[in-house]
Amino acid sequence: MSEVSRRDFIKGTTVIVGGIITAVIGIPAVAYLIDPALKENKSEGWIPIGKLGDMPVGTPTPFSFTIVQVNGWERTSTSHGGYVLRKSEDPNDLLILNSRCTHLGCTVNWDNADKVYLCPCHNAKFSEQGLVLDGPPPRPLDRYQEYRVTEDGILEIYYQA
Amino acid sequence: MWKKLFDWLDERLGLNTLYTNLLDRPEPLGNWWNTLGSASLFLFVLQGITGIFLTVYYTPSPDHAYDSIQFIMQGVAFGWLIRGIHHWGASLMVIIVFIHMLRVFVTASYKYPREMTWFIGVGLLLATIGMGFTGYLLPWNQRAYWATTVGTQIAGSVPIIGDFILKALRGGPDLSALTLQRFFAAHIWMLPAVLVGLIGVHLYLIIKHGESNYPSKED
Repeated sequence: MSEVSRRDFIKGTTVIVGGIITAVIGIPAVAYLIDPALKENKSEGWIPIGKLGDMPVGTPTPFSFTIVQVNGWERTSTSHGGYVLRKSEDPNDLLILNSRCTHLGCTVNWDNADKVYLCPCHNAKFSEQGLVLDGPPPRPLDRYQEYRVTEDGILEIYYQA
Repeated sequence: MWKKLFDWLDERLGLNTLYTNLLDRPEPLGNWWNTLGSASLFLFVLQGITGIFLTVYYTPSPDHAYDSIQFIMQGVAFGWLIRGIHHWGASLMVIIVFIHMLRVFVTASYKYPREMTWFIGVGLLLATIGMGFTGYLLPWNQRAYWATTVGTQIAGSVPIIGDFILKALRGGPDLSALTLQRFFAAHIWMLPAVLVGLIGVHLYLIIKHGESNYPSKED
């Protein structure tokens, strides 16, 4: 075995110790910076929107709910809304529309006289089924496909961000 | 290949001269007490790096300061480590800088021609303590709030100009959002700028004069 000189030993240990210190600080530092990009911040779950018994058959009933998103140390709440249309007495025969206009995101309102959804922003019209009748929207109103009625008769929809 | 590249750079940047003049200097016989200046410099750089990283998530506002630190500690990968190093490094730096001063005093290294190095060192100690004082408020918890209340009150007990000092430190008569904001500004901009400047001169003087020998019996 060849002798390691004092100078080479000091050089070697300096490089090794320095490398360890750099790695111990450097790797966590990078992880710390990019951490928010690696996180999935999806919110989803069942949201109760009202008693099914209170909703008349044949006429859309409005509902609304609020989703609270936590971004770091700040909470942002966003409002969502829609209409439930009971097509028959069958509690599962429902059409649940999102009242966000598919054009630019304004909130549409049910006009009971003309039997259409009206968007106040660009006079778009949607049918009772949510299909585009008039105006600029590129596609029908979005639907909440997944819903259920609890034992207490509460209608719940499945929300996914 | 590497040699050629290095020679090309060396010819233009003077890397070898830099190395021999700055790092390969003759040193008097010393011991571990002589390494405390380098330790202080290392801690300053470490505090600088971890501090910069903390500002990525920290918010100097009364509404969010506390919550943003809770987020750093629990919500960010290795946030506890970055803040932990900054927290403990701060205390360690004050201690190391102070012991460094004691060593220079005990070995009489402050004498001719190094008086200016000593004076600047005093400034560095004060700036380091200033960093500790301003950084202590930033977590905006009860301890921070009351420590700064007391600290600024002490500064306010100076005769005649005390009230002015108190208001200047707090940014008004009360400890408020303005206090937090100006302590933050002092902590991340003003005091670090002062420290960097003074460290530059301090290091220049050490390279210029070399390190002092320990005094012999005749001294």
